[in-house]
Amino acid sequence: MELTGAEIVVQALKEEGVEYVWGYPGGAVLHIYDALFQEKAVQHILVRHEQAATHAADGYARATGNVGVALVTSGPGATNAVTGIATAYMDSIPMVVLTGQVPTPFIGSDAFQEVDITGITRPCVKHNFLIKRVEDIAETMAKAFYIARTGRPGPVLVDIPKDVTDPNIRIPFEYPKKVSMRSYKPVEKGNARQVRKAVELMVKARRPVIYTGGGVVLGEASDELRKLVAHTDFPVTNTLMGLGSVAASDSHFLGMLGMHGTYEANMAMHEADLIIAIGARFDDRVTGKLAQFCPNARIIHVDVDPASISKNVRVDVPIVGQVKPVLRDMLKFLKERKSGPDKAALKEWWARIETWRDVNCLKYVNSDKVIKPQFAIETLHKVTKRRNFYLTSDVGQHQMFAAQFYPFEKPRRWINSGGLGTMGFGLPAAMGVQQAFPKATVACVTGEASIQMCIQELATCSQYDLPLKIILLNNGYMGMVRQWQEFFYDKRYSHSYVDALPDFAKLAETYGHVGMTIENPGDLEAAYKEAFGMKNRLVFMNVIIDPEENVYPMIEAGKGHHEMHMSPHLSAERELA
Amino acid sequence: MRHIISVLIENEAGALARVSGLFAARGYNIESLTVAPTQDETLSRMTLVTYGDEMIIEQIIKQLNKLVDVVKLLDLSDGPHIERELMMVKVKAEKGAREEMKRMADIFRANIIDVTDSSYTIELTGAGEKLDAFLTAVNDDLIMEVVRSGPLGISRGAKGLGL
Ligand SMILES: Cc1ncc(C[n+]2csc(CCOP(=O)(O)OP(=O)(O)O)c2C)c(N)n1
Ligand SMILES: [Mg+2]
Repeated sequence: MELTGAEIVVQALKEEGVEYVWGYPGGAVLHIYDALFQEKAVQHILVRHEQAATHAADGYARATGNVGVALVTSGPGATNAVTGIATAYMDSIPMVVLTGQVPTPFIGSDAFQEVDITGITRPCVKHNFLIKRVEDIAETMAKAFYIARTGRPGPVLVDIPKDVTDPNIRIPFEYPKKVSMRSYKPVEKGNARQVRKAVELMVKARRPVIYTGGGVVLGEASDELRKLVAHTDFPVTNTLMGLGSVAASDSHFLGMLGMHGTYEANMAMHEADLIIAIGARFDDRVTGKLAQFCPNARIIHVDVDPASISKNVRVDVPIVGQVKPVLRDMLKFLKERKSGPDKAALKEWWARIETWRDVNCLKYVNSDKVIKPQFAIETLHKVTKRRNFYLTSDVGQHQMFAAQFYPFEKPRRWINSGGLGTMGFGLPAAMGVQQAFPKATVACVTGEASIQMCIQELATCSQYDLPLKIILLNNGYMGMVRQWQEFFYDKRYSHSYVDALPDFAKLAETYGHVGMTIENPGDLEAAYKEAFGMKNRLVFMNVIIDPEENVYPMIEAGKGHHEMHMSPHLSAERELA
Repeated sequence: MRHIISVLIENEAGALARVSGLFAARGYNIESLTVAPTQDETLSRMTLVTYGDEMIIEQIIKQLNKLVDVVKLLDLSDGPHIERELMMVKVKAEKGAREEMKRMADIFRANIIDVTDSSYTIELTGAGEKLDAFLTAVNDDLIMEVVRSGPLGISRGAKGLGL
């Protein structure tokens, strides 16, 4: 079979089982677009901004575990995609981004729409390629997908100069059946001796905590983690990226840890004598002040990426390997031992944890006059809990409220930009999820500032009939910024008021969707029910909330886990008691 | 602590930029970096000298290994090894000072590789300290230009760093 370079690109996508490509055309990718036009197996979704193409591909990847694919043109198309690439990189999301490039003879001449995109993205991709010859396309595409999905996943960019896809040049096409690279060998199983060492620490521990991150979700190890938790009776906490890997309803679950984590999760970390970190990377939003992080604990760390281990925190038992097989071994070795974890010590430990739980750190004072964001999320859970439900989020207070108040029972259901914290992520990511699961209910919780960063995608949703449910928690402020300004800048709200807001309900309507404005706490549940009842329509719910609610508990950047700010009314209650 | 690390890396466009970019982005110290193709033209060999505490060096090695283009690396400082650096120095060598400069070159077993009636270009190979010592020994006013390759390193013994 003789194919052109452009046809080879598209055939490669087919070979990799790609169903969807999110993209935006332009001069340098016109040959590829022409080949796509003639191909039915790969569906192209036309976004309205290249940032959204990468976020949609990313959302698709997070929900399915497959590699997400985006296609953009050279120059501005490629630079627009960078934010989405960096977002995926920080959260280790498998993605392949194809960028057009000026023809090879023009590279380096400041040609029209030329940027050195492999240079620009080098620090925020797992790897990237510049293809120089049509003969190299098939192999490079196979490598790109292989690198993106194996080991610690991540985005791979493939830059394709226009002349390489020339429709007049045909070459024989054969797709590599297997990729093997001498310079890239992702690890598989963990070292059994290390796992046994970990097990010895686990049975001796008196105050253990399992702390897990996005790696458990990415590594499809949720079942193994749940079994480990059930078998050991150890408490478990998740990072923002790990929510759903244990069921929120499991009594072993302490909630999220870190800056806006629960009192019980953070106190347990602080007082623990053993931390079992699994697929987590000791991010500063999780650890707080490193010098005070888990001061009394030995640390076991399971991660597929050796560079993650002992990067920020020195660990005692490193285990490099895929999380899933490591957890299997861990459970197996635990079961083989005659005696298991120390039951009496655990009982004491749980009793202490219960006293922290009794603080009820997420408690808030509801109102019948104004909608509280916490109430908005709780009600969302009430209305959607029986559905096949996915929730994406933007970045800010609404994201933290969703993480705290929506109890996720399964992995891959909570989709947000944790590492980069990219405003504008929520809506396009939800498009990717909905595309993957047309029958599922996909909602996006957002803020009035965040949603305006990719609001043009409402058009894409019309074109492709994506019945998303958008819940805008509208506080009129960049709430998270305002909160920091309230706490640390004496309420000088410098440029955090979001003025000149559009009427979001009407705006949604002009795009052909249903718009709602909800202001009364008493109307909220019925409004949600009505919105979620509209199966085939995108409904944009502009939920007007308390403008100055804050997210609690909060650990200031650079403070220790035991130095949480609690909500003022909780502190007041405690003083009374 | 100072470490000298040898890296075998795919001889691909951008490979060097990935390494230097890594050091810049993560704020690692880099004292010198040399790179050239090997007997296998698909591979380049890099020698880099860096310093940092144990945790940083461990991270540097892990991050280098994580680069998709890196095939193999060795921290030469872990074992017995040999280091050599090449230096070329252009010095003033006028009238009466010519003899003295030649003698100095001889003492350091250096070669004079270019001569004019007012200058010598001296070539000197050795460990970094020897090169430093030569520069200290020669009067500052006489030195016109110095170019150093940065150290190259190889482990002692019969085992080599290869595929
Ligand atoms: C692209 C981008 N720019 C700036 C920020 C910094 N930032 C973090 S949260 C936030 C405010 C978000 O406001 P909004 O979307 O209204 O959410 P709220 O906090 O009010 O719930 C800002 C500006 C960011 N995370 N991303
Ligand atoms: Mg807001």
